[in-house]
Amino acid sequence: MSRPEQLAPPEFFYNDTESFKYTSSSRVQHIQAKMTLRALEILNLEAGKRHFVLDVGCGSGLSGEILSQEGHEWIGMDISPSMLAIGLDREADGDLFLSDMGDGIPFRAGVFDAAISISAIQWLCNADRADVEPKLRLKRFFDTLYSSLKKGGKCVFQFYPSNENQIEQITSSAKLAGFQCGLVVDDPESKKNKKHYLVLQNGTGRALNLAN
Amino acid sequence: MKFLTTNFVRCAVKSCAASSDSFPLVFSECQLVQQEQDFDAEFLTSMLDRLDWPALIKVAADLGNNSIPQVKPENIDPEDPESERILRDLHSLLLETQITEGKMICNHCQHVYYIKNSVANFLLPPHLAN
Ligand SMILES: [Zn+2]
Repeated sequence: MSRPEQLAPPEFFYNDTESFKYTSSSRVQHIQAKMTLRALEILNLEAGKRHFVLDVGCGSGLSGEILSQEGHEWIGMDISPSMLAIGLDREADGDLFLSDMGDGIPFRAGVFDAAISISAIQWLCNADRADVEPKLRLKRFFDTLYSSLKKGGKCVFQFYPSNENQIEQITSSAKLAGFQCGLVVDDPESKKNKKHYLVLQNGTGRALNLAN
Repeated sequence: MKFLTTNFVRCAVKSCAASSDSFPLVFSECQLVQQEQDFDAEFLTSMLDRLDWPALIKVAADLGNNSIPQVKPENIDPEDPESERILRDLHSLLLETQITEGKMICNHCQHVYYIKNSVANFLLPPHLAN
């Protein structure tokens, strides 16, 4: 199967039919849920406390549902109206924004405790049109993400890099924005199950702890 | 969109970031609903810290509420009954008041963002994209 980001830009790929297929497939739901729980585990938010979390590329709210179950308040942004429409049908508790992450995070400084993203940020590396420059979109995304987080705020982004070069492209852009940056790779030996989690922290003196 | 979010969202256009006119957005022609939410005093206290109070007063006025206190409540202690009353009022305003339809306008570039079916549309037309 071709990777979705190689077929068409996300707002075209996740049209009504694809969005429905994506959200109703129990296999996809299971993998999404597993990755969201893993992202939250790495995020390691203070237990028993409600946090304010941004979900980048929230899709139909599968990851948001887990954020709600864990007691968090969240805002989700996604570029696909069809995905968000399913999110509305599923009565997502978070606020939904139709927005392109490559145009930046439209929130003022210091508002979010944390951010997560499941299977989305590799789209930033795509040049779908002649006037799209991935480097600038990555920069705009990470710069505005950095400022929208409160001091010490963390992000865990699961993503599907298509090659080592994309990992380098993404991490160097995050570092330039000021983030402390790490990468967690689960099942590194398995071609099928290998998962990449980009771990970011809005600059503090403390070293980024990737022990778990 | 919850009222809380109006205090955080700002114009997405890059050249507006430096302008104080780009926040808060001007809200107009809005339809509101009240939707019950779980009350969490600790969460509200942490949100109160990061609220821009003048923006909150302004957006509330855009939406027809002119009864917000002029000064941000201070020394909130969730154990104290007076504090709890303030937090419950804030809970009702910030989390239970939601905008289902409306317009948000940037006072700097005048771009209009729409809220439809509770979803805020922040997609930028190509000439404003960053
Ligand atoms: Zn503007």
